[in-house]
Amino acid sequence: MVDVIKSNIPEGELSKKWTNYKSSANLVNPSNRRNLDIIVVGSGLAGASAAASLGEMGYNVKCFCFQDSPRRAHSIAAQGGINAAKNYQNDGDSVGRLFYDTIKGGDYRSREANVYRLAEVSVNIIDQCVAQGVPFAREYGGLLDNRSFGGVQVQRTFYAKGQTGQQLLLGAYQALSRQISKGSVKMYNRHEMMDIVILDGKARGIVARNLLTGEISRHSSHAVILASGGYGNVFYLSTNAMGSNCSATWKAHKRGALFGNPCFVQIHPTCIPVSGEYQSKLTLMSESLRNDGRIWVPKKLEDAKRISLGEISPSDIIEENRDYYLERRYPSFGNLTPRDVASRAAKERCDAGFGVNLSGQAVFLDFKDSIKRYGKEVIESRYGNLFQMYEKITADNPYKIPMKIYPAIHYTMGGLWVDYDLQTNISGLFAAGEANFSDHGANRLGASALMQGLADGYFVLPYTVSNYLANDIQTGKISVESKEFSETEIKVKDRINYFLKNNGSKSVDYFHRKLGKIIWENCGMSRNKEDLNSAIEQLKTIKDDFWRNVKVTGRNNHLNQELEKAGRVADFIELGSLMCHDALNRNESCGGHFREEYQTEDGEALRNDETFSYVSAWKYNDENLSPKLFKENLIFKNIELKQRSYK
Amino acid sequence: MNLKLKVWRQESSKHKGKIVEYKVHDISPDMSFLEMMDQLNQSLIEKGQDPVAFDHDCREGICGSCSMYINGQPHGPENMITTCQLHMRSFNDGETVYIEPWRASTFPIIKDLVVDRSAFDKIIQAGGYISVNTSGNSQDANAIPIPKENADSAFDAATCIGCGACVATCKNSSAMLFTAAKISHLSNLPQGQVESSSRVISMVNKMDELGFGNCTNTGDCAVQCPKGISLDNIAKMNREYLKASLKSEK
Amino acid sequence: MSKNTIIFSSSLGKKFVMSLTGLFLCSFLIVHLGGNIALFTSKDTFNEYTKFMTSNPLIRFMEIILVLGFLTHIVDAILLYIRNKNASNTKYIFDKKKSSISSRSMALTGSFILFFLIVHLRSFWYEYKFGEVIYSEDSNGNQIKDMYHIVTSSFESPMYSLFYVSAVILLGIHLNHGFQSAFLSLGLRHKKYTPFISLIGKLFSFSITLGFISFPIYFCLKNFNLW
Ligand SMILES: Cc1cc2nc3c(=O)[nH]c(=O)nc-3n(C[C@H](O)[C@H](O)[C@H](O)COP(=O)(O)OP(=O)(O)OC[C@H]3O[C@@H](n4cnc5c(N)ncnc54)[C@H](O)[C@@H]3O)c2cc1C
Ligand code: HEM
Ligand code: SF4
Ligand code: FES
Repeated sequence: MVDVIKSNIPEGELSKKWTNYKSSANLVNPSNRRNLDIIVVGSGLAGASAAASLGEMGYNVKCFCFQDSPRRAHSIAAQGGINAAKNYQNDGDSVGRLFYDTIKGGDYRSREANVYRLAEVSVNIIDQCVAQGVPFAREYGGLLDNRSFGGVQVQRTFYAKGQTGQQLLLGAYQALSRQISKGSVKMYNRHEMMDIVILDGKARGIVARNLLTGEISRHSSHAVILASGGYGNVFYLSTNAMGSNCSATWKAHKRGALFGNPCFVQIHPTCIPVSGEYQSKLTLMSESLRNDGRIWVPKKLEDAKRISLGEISPSDIIEENRDYYLERRYPSFGNLTPRDVASRAAKERCDAGFGVNLSGQAVFLDFKDSIKRYGKEVIESRYGNLFQMYEKITADNPYKIPMKIYPAIHYTMGGLWVDYDLQTNISGLFAAGEANFSDHGANRLGASALMQGLADGYFVLPYTVSNYLANDIQTGKISVESKEFSETEIKVKDRINYFLKNNGSKSVDYFHRKLGKIIWENCGMSRNKEDLNSAIEQLKTIKDDFWRNVKVTGRNNHLNQELEKAGRVADFIELGSLMCHDALNRNESCGGHFREEYQTEDGEALRNDETFSYVSAWKYNDENLSPKLFKENLIFKNIELKQRSYK
Repeated sequence: MNLKLKVWRQESSKHKGKIVEYKVHDISPDMSFLEMMDQLNQSLIEKGQDPVAFDHDCREGICGSCSMYINGQPHGPENMITTCQLHMRSFNDGETVYIEPWRASTFPIIKDLVVDRSAFDKIIQAGGYISVNTSGNSQDANAIPIPKENADSAFDAATCIGCGACVATCKNSSAMLFTAAKISHLSNLPQGQVESSSRVISMVNKMDELGFGNCTNTGDCAVQCPKGISLDNIAKMNREYLKASLKSEK
Repeated sequence: MSKNTIIFSSSLGKKFVMSLTGLFLCSFLIVHLGGNIALFTSKDTFNEYTKFMTSNPLIRFMEIILVLGFLTHIVDAILLYIRNKNASNTKYIFDKKKSSISSRSMALTGSFILFFLIVHLRSFWYEYKFGEVIYSEDSNGNQIKDMYHIVTSSFESPMYSLFYVSAVILLGIHLNHGFQSAFLSLGLRHKKYTPFISLIGKLFSFSITLGFISFPIYFCLKNFNLW
């Protein structure tokens, strides 16, 4: 029997829920706020915006990040844009439509109330960012410009060339810097959260390691917010930054927080293909390229072969012999189908032998027609820096020869399970941004993660955290001398010592690569029962091998990047196994989760709303036991469930 | 291809550092520079030696973490890219490659190629922001139209990734380009103009206080900046500063 | 920090002072060069010009300003130099700068100019004021100090001329960067006009150099009957 959990959605009509919540939530009097401590782990869009806003309100905030500056959080890398239902283009956009698109894009596996709130506050985000000085792209009239993104039929994406994430993050970083200079936020750079401390069932602090000195420190607080980003690096090769990790959320999970929908990960269709064994990470080519680029492979197998051997060039293939397979299969959305659909279609073509590079894992993204239509200047002004980035990596000039692209892991919809307040099942522990599971269901639409991160940090947490803290004004400072803090610290130190003393023979990267390969092959773009079962077994062996044979050089009391990696990979291995369990449990195909056993005749995903219209929230069980499943049933009152079709 | 690396190794800021020579083999031209370093580190780990520490994160030229002085130039021989975007096809078989950390008294070495750039954060904290609270009902984003040219210049300046190459290459270790980029970004926008006088004065004072050198307009910074931040921004900052200090009544 | 101290104590403030004094010194060079042309006319014209320059009260006043200008330029240069050395205290094992040499050697060229200045003042200004000077008659029959003789006889020495020429070339290098740099320091930079300013800077430094080296070369060669 599985337990059912509740998400604390406020009563009332969908469009009034958030307004009602705000007007009835508990508040904390300004003079009490400075006596309340809040820890924010992460300085990405979600973390920085939360820390800045809460600091501004007068709370005592401590913010942690593992990079040398909060400005380097991985949100910086987002390229394409951020959605908002502003309807500046007057093309029929509205909060309702953004809500609808997001639910549909997520293949009906997200919570209506959260998504509606997201759509509602999306408009405030743009206002806020412009006020902060974020230099969004503008038209000649001086007003904001928009572009369209996959999975929708309106232009609602705001952007700053191909560097939207950078500009938004710098906006949040500046707001954060302002609070740091005022003293309301204390920033801990190059600090990694090692564990979370639970006192009487409430999250009351963290234990952190100073990455430069190895010093382990205790930090207490009345509430803890995890905004530590996604876990895409479980695949080893991903578009995430090298340091992105799941450790903060995983530690929370091991302390009892439920993990929601771990198998929902997003494979992005337009990344630069792998070039060799040495590859350390993959580079995304923004989805916005699909606005003007056309995706194709040769129609004839022998053409594909000759192109990949370099015998002929793609331009030698005449129009009739090109298969614009997205336009063929999905005439109404064409090259702008959602990511999961576009990715699987690429895999399908490549599996059938039409891949256009040596490994057989690449398709073309061609700008020839757009350059002809608009001229090189226009294309350059739209994508100049992306084209340049592509050329730097591959040494091919995309103005002349089509880009080669292939899907890669990019985003993780799964994450810590949170209720409407973004609070996990542990009181006082909140999760925001990519670290939580909310809003995107089984598939995230392009330009929605930035929106969600900022919505959580700027506009949701300030209310919901205050609502929670209103009961804590009498608590007073929390001591870090308690038994729980000591025990947590000892545990953290023991693990570090274990790694340093374990005189193994294999490097951390060795295990990470192996892990990544298993997950990519068995729990990646398509999955089946047999593979998943085998992956779970393989992961057990890897885990065993890791703890026995991992080799970590150096000492604890100085910068030791191997030691940092070791801790993160240890957690990834465990998370990988949870992903497989989740994928195995979900006997349907939806969004990014494609189970080969459940597909229509023409290869489209086959959802099963009857049985699987729920969020799977997993509870950590002892080391060697399988995780325990809880369900949050999804109730759709405002939207009619449909077979997702982009035809 | 095979290369000879001359890498700066230094235990910590307290230790003395030195150049250590390593040989790497079978390097593919399609490898990135950092992947080559990964390969070196894997071989060091296999031998039980301490791998070379270097900062890196996004590996796509946007986070500003990576910071190596390669063959006499920050981010290596190619223009307009970061270390992580540099690929081995820019080197020749048998070449000797010098790899050093950023050097400036304001960027003390932490270990090997890792330096402490927190001084940059302090400059931003001194005023590199617009003082607006998160209210959720600030003015509509389209209420003030901004001429496209201004928005574009603001954007160009705002693309600075805070990598510090400008300081590293400057013979005076001056942080002018970095500071100017932020000042120029904000003062090109109507929202940023309100505080422009106090901003420029406090950011410049902070830059001086932290011990960065003084600009002598050699222009190395702009040549080496991976984001192409131009000297125009420095001129703009000089202007803003002159204006602000003449206007100031304090 | 008060308004006055900002301007003088901050790095940017020092730069403004540097550039203003630098440009002021440039204007002095023009006047100086203009006056020296008199050397090519006749001994009397030059001596009268010298007399005028050393006795006119306005010029005497400007001289004080000039000395102050030099001193400020030099003191600021030293302060900035020290600051910059402290900021960049370790050197790269292998360094490859892309900037022009003239921009990187301002302190070096400046110091040499200073050294030259001292020698220059010693051999002309000091001689004229306090040395044993020959007198000659001007057109009105008055006895005036024969500056023409001091100058031409100095230039007759090849060693001195060589020193003079090299100093002027270094001055040219100083100006090659300095002139346009001063505009940047003042915030005067513009997509359209900056290339124009750079061009003027090049022309200016080139003409100043050519102008000043023409005197020693002319008189030195003349002495050896080569002209
Ligand atoms: C290449 C790329 C392009 C993208 N493009 C888009 C786009 O165009 N539009 C869009 O909407 N979304 C895009 N996304 C997705 C989006 O950028 C991310 O989902 C979002 O930025 C995540 O923000 P975050 O604040 O949750 O986490 P992050 O920005 O990843 O921040 C995580 C923070 O947590 C800290 N941290 C992590 N672990 C620890 C620990 N153990 N201890 C201490 N600190 C820790 C890190 O230091 C960091 O500060 C893109 C993603 C990628 C990878
Ligand atoms: C006729 C004599 C001189 C002229 C015309 C002159 C002119 C200039 C000019 C125009 C600049 C550029 C200012 C700027 O970049 O803002 C400059 C800079 C400089 N000068 Fe001079 N200068 C002269 C003598 C000297 C002397 C005697 C020194 C001696 C120490 C000196 C040292 C410097 C230095 C170090 C700089 C660089 C400062 C900087 O760029 O910040 N100069 N000079
Ligand atoms: S100005 Fe350029 S070189 Fe300097 S920190 Fe910014 S991006 Fe790096
Ligand atoms: S690693 Fe991010 S810019 Fe190089």
